[in-house]
Formats: sequence, C-alpha cells, structure tokens
Amino acid sequence: MANSKYLIFLGCAIPYRVSSFEISSRKVLAKLGVELAEMPEFNCCGLPFDPVSHETMLILAAKNLAMAEQVGLNILTLCPGCAGTLKKVNKILKADKSLKEKINGHLKEAGLEFKGTVETKHLLQLLKEDVGVEKIKAAVTRPLTGLKVAEHNGCHILRPKEFIGFDDPEDPQTLKMLIEATGATCLDYIDETECCGAPSVGVSDKIALQLARDKLNHIKMVEAQALVTVCPFCHIMYDTNELRIEKTFNEVYGIPILHYPQLLGLAMGMSPEELAFSELRVNAKKIVEQFATQGAKQ
Amino acid sequence: MTEAASTSPPQGKEQPIKASEIDPKFKYELQKMHGSEKILKCFQCGTCTSDCPVARFSDSYRPRTLIHMAQLGLKDRVLNSDTLWLCAACFTCTDRCPQDVEVASVIRVFRNLATEKGCIPQVFKDQAQSLIETGYAYKIPDLRIKKRESQGLPPLPKGNPDAVKKTLKGVAFFDRVQKPQGEQASGKQ
Repeated sequence: MANSKYLIFLGCAIPYRVSSFEISSRKVLAKLGVELAEMPEFNCCGLPFDPVSHETMLILAAKNLAMAEQVGLNILTLCPGCAGTLKKVNKILKADKSLKEKINGHLKEAGLEFKGTVETKHLLQLLKEDVGVEKIKAAVTRPLTGLKVAEHNGCHILRPKEFIGFDDPEDPQTLKMLIEATGATCLDYIDETECCGAPSVGVSDKIALQLARDKLNHIKMVEAQALVTVCPFCHIMYDTNELRIEKTFNEVYGIPILHYPQLLGLAMGMSPEELAFSELRVNAKKIVEQFATQGAKQ
Repeated sequence: MTEAASTSPPQGKEQPIKASEIDPKFKYELQKMHGSEKILKCFQCGTCTSDCPVARFSDSYRPRTLIHMAQLGLKDRVLNSDTLWLCAACFTCTDRCPQDVEVASVIRVFRNLATEKGCIPQVFKDQAQSLIETGYAYKIPDLRIKKRESQGLPPLPKGNPDAVKKTLKGVAFFDRVQKPQGEQASGKQ
C-alpha cells in the first residue's frame, strides 16, 4: 500500500468526549505510514437525526461527502456510526438518481454538489485492507504475549451488512485478527456481537445500562483483562458507565476499556502517555505495569 | 422522557381495538415511503423480536408487534407509542429478517411519522439545537476545542452552522425545531 492518504472525518462524539481514541489512532496510523489530511470543515454525519428526519440525515451526510469530493480524497472515520452513514448515503444516492437530484437541490443552497466520487472506510477496515495484518505484525516491537482481552465490535461497524460488508456480522473476524496481531489473546464469550446499549441512553437509561451490564458480565466470566472497542459510543458506554453499572447493579468489574489503537500502540512500543491512557475512566494500570514498563527496560 | 417504556402498556395490557381506529390505507402509504417499502412482506415470524437486544430488557418494545399493528392499520397506536423510541438501531433485525423487510428502517419511518405529528423525545430536540448552533450534534465545549493543541491534535475543523442551515431550509423537521428568533437570519438566499 504505497502512498495511502485519507481525509480524516472525526464526527462529533470523538472531539466531544473521546479524544483518547483520536490521539491513539493518529499516533498509530502515522507510524504505519497512513497519511491523513484534515477536513476543511465538517458537520454532523447525519446519523443522530435519522430517527426524526431521514431527509435531514441524507442532506447532512451528502454535504460531508460533497466537501470531501472537493478535496478529492477518500474518507477515514474513527466512528463506525459516521462510517456506516457516509457509506450508506453514498450508495443510496448513487443508485437513486431522482433522490440524488433532490438532495443536490438542498446542497446547492450552500454551493455544494454530491457526485459520488469518494469512498469511506472505518479505521478497522483501513487497517485490514490498506495496511494489512502482516505489516501490523511487523510493526509490533513489544508483543503483548500473555495478555487476555475480549473484543466488542459494536453494531454499526458490521450492520447493516448490505452497506458495510467488510466483515461477517454473525461471526466477525477482523478485530480479533488485529488483536491477535499484537500478540495478545482474544477470548471468545457469550453474545459477542450484542449491542452495547449506547443508542438507548437518553430514551431509556435503564435498558442501556442493563445491556452494558450483560456484556460486562459475560466478559468477566471469561476473565478478560480488558475489553477492546473501536467505537466512541461503545467506549463511553463501557468506560464512562462502568462504575455506574457497578453501583446500580451491585457488581464488581474493574475491567479497563481500551481503544484498539491504544492496544496496538502499546504493542508498537509507544508509551501509555503518548496513547492517552490517562484519559480512561477505568484504570488500566495493571496492563501498563505488565507491558509498558517491561518494554522500557529493553 | 427518560424512561419511555414506562408510559406504554406492556404486552397484552393494551386497550381493545375499535374498528373506528383502523386506517386501512396506512400500509399502502408505508409501501410508498423510503425504508418501509417491504412492510407487507412481513409474515410475522418474530425473528426481529426474538433477536432484539432491547426487547430482552423491555416489557413493551416488540418490533414484530409494531409491524403487525401497522399492517392492521392501527396508525395512531403505532405513531403514539413511546416504545417506538426504544429501538437502538443495531440493525440485527434488518440483517436477520428472512423476508428482507428491513425492520429497522420501517421503525425509522414510524419515528419520522411520529416526529411529523410532534412527538419528539427531548434528546433529539437538544441535538437539533446543537446542530443549528454549531453544525455538530453536540455542543463541544470551548475548553475541549482549546485543549486539542496541548494534546498534540490539529485544530477541530469548523462546523459551519450557516451552511448547514442553508442546506436544511425547507426540511419539515428542521423548520419545526428552529427557534422563532432564528428566523430573521435567513432573509437573503
């Protein structure tokens, strides 16, 4: 993969609450030779507005795509929700000429036009397809041998399959493969592909917390030392809410929630400071002590 | 609206159906809408409900029931149902439906129609307000934006809310959530 350059689309949730995901992703990508350009401007991808107005979602997504088209680079997102929305709208509008014309009528008001000339990938898809697992393995200087983790893909990185399509939603392998590339062991557990509950926050916190609790219970059952996520919302659901779930349901977890690029960065020899480990709510001290300090001696 | 499920009757506790509340044309209206075109293909197998993560923890949210109600023409019951808003949009039902009904999209159409009737949970109003003011779905605090530099991150690209407002002009939902005092700003085109 020579000269892979992407336009990074941050979305709203990451700059709002999950900067550790952005910091660690940028560090890892730079070291893997993926060049990033910044969006000249961007707005909400549209996904949060789909429930109330499908048309609003289409316009917001198409506007972002049109701005990326002007730059002429494909989009990389860290948020699966943004990736899914941009992929979906790109495909829908390319297939439906009259809908495309209608949406372009709206974009014209801001001097923009959607043409359908750029593609969107999520970080996970980029790591799998553009960088490749072999190159990732080769970049590992501090293998996380002995570390046992669980993965949580999240829904929007996999579904709907028709629009996402790079992994099997019923038996996803990409994240597992990328985790194993760091030298860590990725454990199987019950209901791996179940929703984290984040989308229900604000509508029914009770249901959201119960979903997250169920997951954490299954992860605890297999004695995972950490849970690895690739979505800002899933991360908030587990990391920010873990203590609340423990208190609400009288449970004890203490399971740190790591962004995949944090795990990979650690294996690539980066320090926990560089990878923004200090921003995590659930302390990952044990993992840091086990690996980061051991690497420093070498 | 923090606990939507609590205001809807649980399964089996609904009021009896009256003939007068049936709108036989509803299903045909749905067939013409983007996302719910295939609603009549549903043969009530229940895969959507049995695989729904929310249904596991809710006494009232059942996607199959909502689709059946719509097929029967119980338009007001569907659109007034608070449980509509519990769908987490995980798309498990969409991927597993043997009839390819695109269940999550049908639920989304129901929600869009409910919104047109004025039923909008507060969380969406807040996000709309943020969109109008900043271009983002959340109001990202200035402190966060300034902190980016010390974190070694490039500046956050602008949200350009004026351009967002221009492109959303004439969208019914957007007109509804726009605050009246914002109107004078859109004088020239």
